[in-house]
Formats: sequence, structure tokens, C-alpha cells
Amino acid sequence: MKWWNAGSSKKDDELNEELRAHLTMAVRERIERGQSPAEAESAARRELGNVATIKEVTREMWGWTWIEQVMQDLRYAVRLLRRHPGFTTIAVLSLALGVGANTALFQVINAVRLRSLPVASPDTLAEIRLVDPDGARGYFNSWHPSLTNPIWEQIRERQQAFGDLFAWGANQFNLAQSGEAKPAPGLWVSGGFFSALGVRPVVGRLLTDADDQRGCPARAVLSYPFWQRAYGGERSVVGRTLTIDSKPAEIIGVTQAGFFGLEVGRSFDVALPICAEPIVSGGSGRLESGTTWWLSIMGHVRAGSSLPQATAQLGAISPALFHSTLPAKYPAVSVPKYLNFKLAAFPAGSGISWVREEYESSLWLLQGTAVVVLLIACANLANLLLARASARQREIAVRLGLGASRRRVIRQLLTESLLLAGVGAAFGALLAGTLSTALVGFLKAADQSVILDLGTDWRVLGFTVALAVLTCVLFGLAPAIKATGIGASAVLKAAGRGMTADRDRAGLRRALVAGQVALSLVLLFGALLFARSLYNLLTVDPGFRDEGVVVAAIDMRQLDLPVERRHGAIQDLLDRLRALPGVQAAATVGIVPISGDAWGNDVWIDSAGSRRTTNSLFNRVSLGYFETLDIPILAGRDFDAAIDTPSSIKVAIVNEAFARELLSGSSPIDARFTRESTPSEPETVFQIVGLVKDAKYLSLRETIGPTAFFPTTQDVRPGSFARVVLRSSLPAEATTAAISRTLADLSPRIGVSYDVLTTQIGVTVVRERLMATLSGFFGGLAAILTLVGLYGVIAYSVARRTSEIGVRLALGASRANVLSLILREAGLLVFIGIVIGVVLAILAARQTASLLFGLEPADPLTLSVTVLALAAVALVASYVPARAATRIEPVVALRVE
Amino acid sequence: MPRAARYQNRIELLQGTLDLLVLQTLRWGPQHGYGIAQAIRANSSDVLQVDTGSLYPALHRLERQKWIAAAWKQSENNQRTRVYRLTAAGRRQLASERSRWAQLVDAMGGILNGRNRSEA
Repeated sequence: MKWWNAGSSKKDDELNEELRAHLTMAVRERIERGQSPAEAESAARRELGNVATIKEVTREMWGWTWIEQVMQDLRYAVRLLRRHPGFTTIAVLSLALGVGANTALFQVINAVRLRSLPVASPDTLAEIRLVDPDGARGYFNSWHPSLTNPIWEQIRERQQAFGDLFAWGANQFNLAQSGEAKPAPGLWVSGGFFSALGVRPVVGRLLTDADDQRGCPARAVLSYPFWQRAYGGERSVVGRTLTIDSKPAEIIGVTQAGFFGLEVGRSFDVALPICAEPIVSGGSGRLESGTTWWLSIMGHVRAGSSLPQATAQLGAISPALFHSTLPAKYPAVSVPKYLNFKLAAFPAGSGISWVREEYESSLWLLQGTAVVVLLIACANLANLLLARASARQREIAVRLGLGASRRRVIRQLLTESLLLAGVGAAFGALLAGTLSTALVGFLKAADQSVILDLGTDWRVLGFTVALAVLTCVLFGLAPAIKATGIGASAVLKAAGRGMTADRDRAGLRRALVAGQVALSLVLLFGALLFARSLYNLLTVDPGFRDEGVVVAAIDMRQLDLPVERRHGAIQDLLDRLRALPGVQAAATVGIVPISGDAWGNDVWIDSAGSRRTTNSLFNRVSLGYFETLDIPILAGRDFDAAIDTPSSIKVAIVNEAFARELLSGSSPIDARFTRESTPSEPETVFQIVGLVKDAKYLSLRETIGPTAFFPTTQDVRPGSFARVVLRSSLPAEATTAAISRTLADLSPRIGVSYDVLTTQIGVTVVRERLMATLSGFFGGLAAILTLVGLYGVIAYSVARRTSEIGVRLALGASRANVLSLILREAGLLVFIGIVIGVVLAILAARQTASLLFGLEPADPLTLSVTVLALAAVALVASYVPARAATRIEPVVALRVE
Repeated sequence: MPRAARYQNRIELLQGTLDLLVLQTLRWGPQHGYGIAQAIRANSSDVLQVDTGSLYPALHRLERQKWIAAAWKQSENNQRTRVYRLTAAGRRQLASERSRWAQLVDAMGGILNGRNRSEA
């Protein structure tokens, strides 16, 4: 016996005895008054009333009995669910899937959107940014809008709104000493970075203001995961030397576990002080550059001050600040904009996140989809419970008849649902861990650096519990109310067949199925939209051929080549690579297409007194680039190292869009255009020597814009870094191995890293792939659940109408009549569902507009296909039970009655 | 139909009145449930008849509030009965409920007899 039972049964016994004594005394007194014993007994019983009710109400007065009642209900529910393993398995499985998918998505959303950064007082953390960055010119090192180092130093000098202010910028470091690069995500941080964020060292010490002084040595702080991964968590790591971009850096400490920097979805391996940038990068001069935008500036708003106050203060210091930092050679057209820049403070408690910007809308949409799937699953369960309620009608009627209150029976039925929901949600929560990891794995397949902390916190927990309760109410409440809403005597009188409440209940079941059809139509429509969108994206013609192309990023900085020898060295390298077995073509390129990098300015052509201006993208390529990527040269010539020298007139090859835009389609060969001045170069005139076919530049989704290509040989400031594209007939691994050998033969100090162009482009459709895969999965699941529901309702309806159909057949109805009778019933449900579904689908599809490629949200073809497909499978699902109806033998059916 | 007439003469107990009646009855000494019902009936000249379905829940509720206490006693017919008695707290509760009742009667009387109303 359980503890709650031991006490209660004694109390129960006492109550029984008390009431028995009452009855005995009443009977005795009546006998004493002269009634016959039999008469006295029945009169006393009548007076006493319903003992069960009295006991129940009295028990409630004991106060704590609800525990006992819940336990009793639970035990009863467990027994009942065990007795119907089929039903229980289906219910738990569909709930676990529904809750699991929902919780998994919510975990990821929570990690990228809802949760605050794990740093000191994230709610007062704010970022200082330009209100309108239009007019910022130069090099942009981050996807996130950022500022230059001179601006950062001036803000640090002048501002008063922030108690602590720090700057940081993300960077990719190379940790290899030579040869193939070992890329590592890193951070440039100002001295106050770690103390402002309240980050503590687990070993050694962290960077402070003293480490961040001009001319400082490179001191490195490691992240906890990197320390574990690369050094096995050895404490002696402090004081050792690390190679960062071929420069030695002393390790001074390791940050606490759980700190990943300020970008959600990314982590860092090493952090270096901003002042070490000149040493590590080899004097590129970012610290002095007013046109390299690479730092994010954040801090905690001073206590007692607010964000608007901070913004007001920043606005007040902006004019003087931007006057004093205006770079010397800033392009004249952009100077007024620069001087008018305004700084403002924006909340930054949840950090910045590329993953969030890229995937947030997709994740919310998928979350919505998953909720709908859960709704459909609930509708199915409600259907099952309603069907079961018919079977249990007598049991419930008996319990009501014996004096159980309706509330009590509803509670009992709800306990069963709650138990199902609880078990389902528990399995779902277990499943969610696996699912969310798989989801992040999906994103990670694209970008190895996606790192998310999926830890379960109160929000996720609350979400799951809320889902469990919600599902329970959704699928349990209506059947419970319906089941108990019948007069007990009516049911008992109706003998074996509980016909009384069937009409009402069947109506509810039909409504549920129609709703399911509507919802699954919406999901299927969405799934088809995303699948077609992905297909469009995968089959879009990028204008170049990416198969068989390997990209090698070759780093020759360590060779310390003088500027004038760099062209020759790269030319020599290209010749060697072209001679490798299997290599068909090779060329250098400044920006690999679809890599996300871009370079562009305004260009114009003056003709007949009028000027046509457009914004054009640029690329710098060597001879053979168009051949390597299979971009046809339509007119003119390719670059030629012999003709296009640094001293000859600057030349360019343009694409069709360029010619269309600036020359109205007339032959561009020998035409000249001007490129506006930039921070690094004055206004320049180019002569067009060739015309190439349009090819995508930034992404597969874009409409191709004007693009101009410049020859590598006319680069006045060649770097010692070359990006080479090779087309080879050999597999990529063989090609990269051959390149590595060639480079090692040349010099062990040449670094290199590789990309396969096809893979690199595939990465850019990950979001579409994610949407197509998951929405397809959810859509399929919804359709299956719906068909099961439809089948169940029709089959039940046939079973209920067995005798009616028997009569019809006996009176001469044909089998075809019966078939159409049943199919009409199903068809009506499906029709209503589809009409509602089409309206909902068109409304819901608006949310997907930004995620689609190559088709409209309300694509009529997709919608028609969805409707037809759903109608067809719905027909099959209802045909099976309808067919069974035609096989009814009238004699058998009538005999049952 | 004498039974129907008797039913009509009976008064539905006001909410909370039963507690007062039980406490008042127990002032004369410990009593079991049946005895309490009979006493209320007798003292109201058969006007107030306590429904068993209300009496026992009320007794158990009052017991939980510690206004009455229960003990098992052997009756003269050798039957075990549960006997309730008033506690000190119950006595205080009775006093306060009595004064509230008096106020209620006063107020009701005032309204029904128009004592406190100026005739308009």
C-alpha cells in the first residue's frame, strides 16, 4: 500500500462507520416510533440520500484528498492505457514527434534569438553604431556594420555615457607555421574587453588596458574550448608561444568556459589586443586607417543613464568627432556624408549574430509549421478519444449513475489525457536534444564555425510543459466534455448501441477532419513552394561552370617579395600550376564568384555632353580566367600580360549588363568609362577591350548587374597573396595534393588553403535546403496524420451505418449507390477542408515571400498541384472504408440489430 | 398531501447558516451527527431539516478548521459513534457568528419593516 492510501483508507473506513451509525440510529428511532423494520429501513435510507455523493463531498472537506484523487485517477489511467497498447503507442508516438520537433526548433530559436549573452549585465550592454552608414567608404571587414580604429579612439576619448567601453573585431587567423593553412576564428579586442564583460581567466590572466598600448607585442588569450581541443587543457600553456599568421604570440591565459565572444553562433579560438594588429598583419596599418571598417564598439550604459540619453550624448559629440577623424584622401563626394555621420547606442544584450540574421525568419516559420503539425496530431488524438468515448459510453454512464459528479468524471478523463500528454512530452523532450543537434548540424554542414549553446533553460522547459498542457487540453477536453454530457439513463436505456450522442460527436469529428485537411493543405503547399524554390536555385544558370574548379588561396607574405617582383612570382607560379597533370586552365582572381565578397564603385561614361552613371561590381583577374570558369568572351579579347602592362592604358573587360546599362547595348569595345575616386586611388579612366557573357557575382539569387574585370598585371599595388582558380579533370584531392607539392618545392614558407567551388556555392543554398527538407518532412507528416484521421472517421461512419446500409441494400440500392453515398460524405469533408485550406495557404504564403526564389508566394500552379494531390490521396483514404461498405451483407447487417 | 405541505413549510438554509446551527447545537454538549440533525429539527419545530449530504461535509469542514473536535464513543447500544464537541476556538467563532447573525437579522428587519427608511 502506498503512503497516500494508508491514511485515506483508515479515514474512509471511519466515514463509512460514521454514516452506518447514522443510518442505524435513524432506523432504530423510526422503529421505536412504531414503523415496521422494513419501512423504517427504506425511509431512513431515502432520508440519508446518496451515500456515495455524501462521501465524496465529505472527503473533499479533508482538503488534501485531491492528491489522493489525482493518484487514484493516475493509477486508473495507467491501467487503462496499458490495456490499449495500440492506442497508447500511437498517441505517445505522435505527441513525442510533435513536441520533439517543436521543442528542438524552440531550443535553436532560444539559442540564437531569445537568450541573453552569458556575460556580466547583458541588459545594459549597448553597441555604438552609425545611424546611417551610407557614405562609409573603404574596406569592410565584417558582415556586421562596424567602425574604424581612429573613430574608436575618438569615441573612447570623448564619450561620457558609458561606464566601460570596449572595441572588438572578428578575424580569421592562420595558426599554421607554413604550408597548408590552419584557419582559426579569432578576435581583436581592446584592453577593456574582458573586464567589461566580467570574463574571468581559468588559467593565467586576461588582456587588460596595459596590454593594449600602441606598439604592444602580440599576447594571446585562448578560449576554453580551443584550450581543451588544442592543448588538452594543460595548465602549463601559459607562457608558451603560438604562431599567428606566421608571427609568434605569447599565450597569457585562457577564458572561462562558456564564453564565446559577442557573436551568437560563432566562437573564437584566440583573442589578440588591437594594438598588435601591425605586428601580426605585417604593417597593413589598420590602426591608422580611417577607411578600414573592422571594429564593433560596445559598453555598459552608465548606471542612472538610459539608452536614449546615451544616444543623445553620442549625437552631441558626433560632429566634432567625425571632423577630427576625416581621412585625408576620402572621396570628395562622400566627405559631406562622412562629416554628417551620427553615432547612436543600440541594445546589444543578445550580441550580434550572422546565424540569427540568416536563419531567424526561417526558424520562426518552421516553428509555426511544427505547431501546425502538433495541432493536426492533437486533432487525430481527439478523434481517437471521441471514438473511444463511444466505446466507453456505458462505463461513463454507469459511473455518473452511481453518483460520480460530472466534474469528477471529466477530471478522470482529463487525467488520462494529461498522462498521455506528459509521457508524450517527456519522450519529445528527449527527442528534442537529438533533433536540435541535427538541426545545428544541418547549418554546420554549410559553415563549420556555427557553434550554438543549445542548453536547456527555463524558457525551453516552460515551452515544453506549456506544449504538453496545451496538447492535453486540445485533444482531451472536448472529448471529455462530450463524453459526460449525456444523460446517464439515456445511454443505459439505449442498450448495446449508444446512438444518442453519436450525431453530435460525429459532427465534431467531421469538423476536426476538415480542419486537418485545411491545415495539411497549408503545410503541403509551403513544402512544395520551398522544394520548387530550391530546385530553381539549384538549376539556375550562374553563367559559369563550377564543376571541376578548385580555388587555392596562396599566401606568399613570408617570402617578403618586393612589390616589383610580385607580378613575376605569381606569373611563374601560374605557369607551374598550368603544367600540372589534369589541369586544363588556371588563373588568378581577386574575388571568387558567390563567395560573398564584393568590390564595386560608381562608374560613368560621358558621351555627347550627357553622363550615364551606374554602380558596377569589379573583379581583378589574370589571362585565362574566363576560360577557367567557362565564361564565353563575346567580343574583343582576353587580357594579355604583354599588352596590358602597368604603364599602358588601363583596360577592362565588361559583362553584357554593363554594356546594356551604360552603352545601351551598342558595342562596348574601345569605349572608355571612368571609375570614381576611392580612398586608395584617384578617378581612373578605363578602355574596354572585351565583352563577356553575364555571370553571377554575389549570389545565385541575384539578377546580374554591371561588372567590370581588370587585369592583374595592371594592379599598381600587387599583394603577396594570390587566389588561383584551376579547372582540372582530376578529382579535387589529387589536384590540391599536386598544388601543395608544387608550392612546397618552391618554398616551404608559402601557405595555402583550398576550396572546391561547387562546395562553396552549395553552401549558399543551405537555407533553401533546410526549408525544403524540413517543410517537406512536416508537410508529409501532416498529410499522413490527416489521411489516418480521415480514414478513421469514414471507417467509423461506415461501421455506425452498417444496419442502415444493410436496409438500403435490401431495398434494392446498388453497390455503386452505397459507394457514392460514402464517398460523398468523405468528399464533402475534404472539399470544405480544401476550400478553407486554400484561403489559409494564400494568407500564410505571404510570410514566405522573402525566402522564395524564382516563384511567387501564391504560385497558382503549385497551389493546384497541392490541391489535386491532397484530393487524390484523400480519395484513396476514403475509398478503402467505402469499399468495405459495399461488401456489407444485408442479412448479416440486419441480424445484428 | 400532508408530505408536500410539510416540505413547503421547510426553509432552505442560508449559505453559512448550517455552521452556526451546528456550533450552537454543540454548545449544549458533545453530540454525534444524527443527534445534531435531530436537535436542529426538534429545536426549530420541524421547520429546519438538515440534509445529511450537507451535514457531514459541514462537520468535517468545521473539524478541519479546528472549531469542533471529534472522538469515537461507545453508545449504550454498544455501537461506536463519532461524537463532536465544541473547541475553545469554536466557542469564539460561535460568538462572532452569532453577532453577525444578529446584525443580519437587524438589517433584514430594518428593510422589511421600513424602520430606518424615511417615507418619501
